[in-house]
Amino acid sequence: MTEFFFFLFAAMAILSAIFMVTQANPVASVVYLVVTFFALSGLFVILDAHFIAAVQVIIYAGAIMVLFLFVIMLLNLGSGVPADIRRGLARVLAGSVALALIVVLTRLVLGNPGTEALDPSALASVLESKGAVRALAEPLFNRYLVAFEVTSILLLVAVIGAVVLARRRAP
Amino acid sequence: MTGAPLGDLALVVSAALFAIGVAGVLLRRNVIIVFMCVELMLNAVNLSFVAFSRTHGIDGQIVVLFVISVAAAEATVGLALILAIFRHYESVDLDLFRRLRW
Repeated sequence: MTEFFFFLFAAMAILSAIFMVTQANPVASVVYLVVTFFALSGLFVILDAHFIAAVQVIIYAGAIMVLFLFVIMLLNLGSGVPADIRRGLARVLAGSVALALIVVLTRLVLGNPGTEALDPSALASVLESKGAVRALAEPLFNRYLVAFEVTSILLLVAVIGAVVLARRRAP
Repeated sequence: MTGAPLGDLALVVSAALFAIGVAGVLLRRNVIIVFMCVELMLNAVNLSFVAFSRTHGIDGQIVVLFVISVAAAEATVGLALILAIFRHYESVDLDLFRRLRW
């Protein structure tokens, strides 16, 4: 049963990612990318990352993709845009680079001992005893506290930077 | 279970998604879609981190949280840049953006 849903979500993620790249209409591309993110969130649940799955839906599918859609609407790119997919040599280049990347990375994964060679239940026991949120929060606010605070400063700088960049210049 | 374990299969899915993202960056001229392909690559790496965190402890998932927040910051600044460039060129075609300063 777990395997069935794993393959279902994996196929959903890869197929909609391919549609995202090959679709000429930007709005359709955004919708396909949202489908990819939902499928990835399903994969995260199967791989014992329940909190990450929730964050994925709320932040990526909910907030970031709405931001993309909002900019597309703002720039009026929804329809009547000329197709922007490159032709000729660029297609061959993109296809062969992607294929080479898949072959190299897959051989790297399958040729090595793999993730399950260590201890497949290492994380499951921690999640069992502490719960999904507490297992994540304890190290986040102890060992990774400095990184957490630096990230909050980064977000503040990003907000100020976005406001300054998107502001209309005075004539 | 038959075949490779789920953690390894997740790494293969992650490799495929990353390759699709790279192909999209090379294939498209619309700067917003190129930007979306970068987000797809970030998510492919997140999937790898989650797959490894099953056997290496919770730290992988914490890295994913940081990647998501940095991606949010990057998206806001990147889209603001796209807006500013669009006001100048009236287009989102990457091939037109040859000068960084005007």
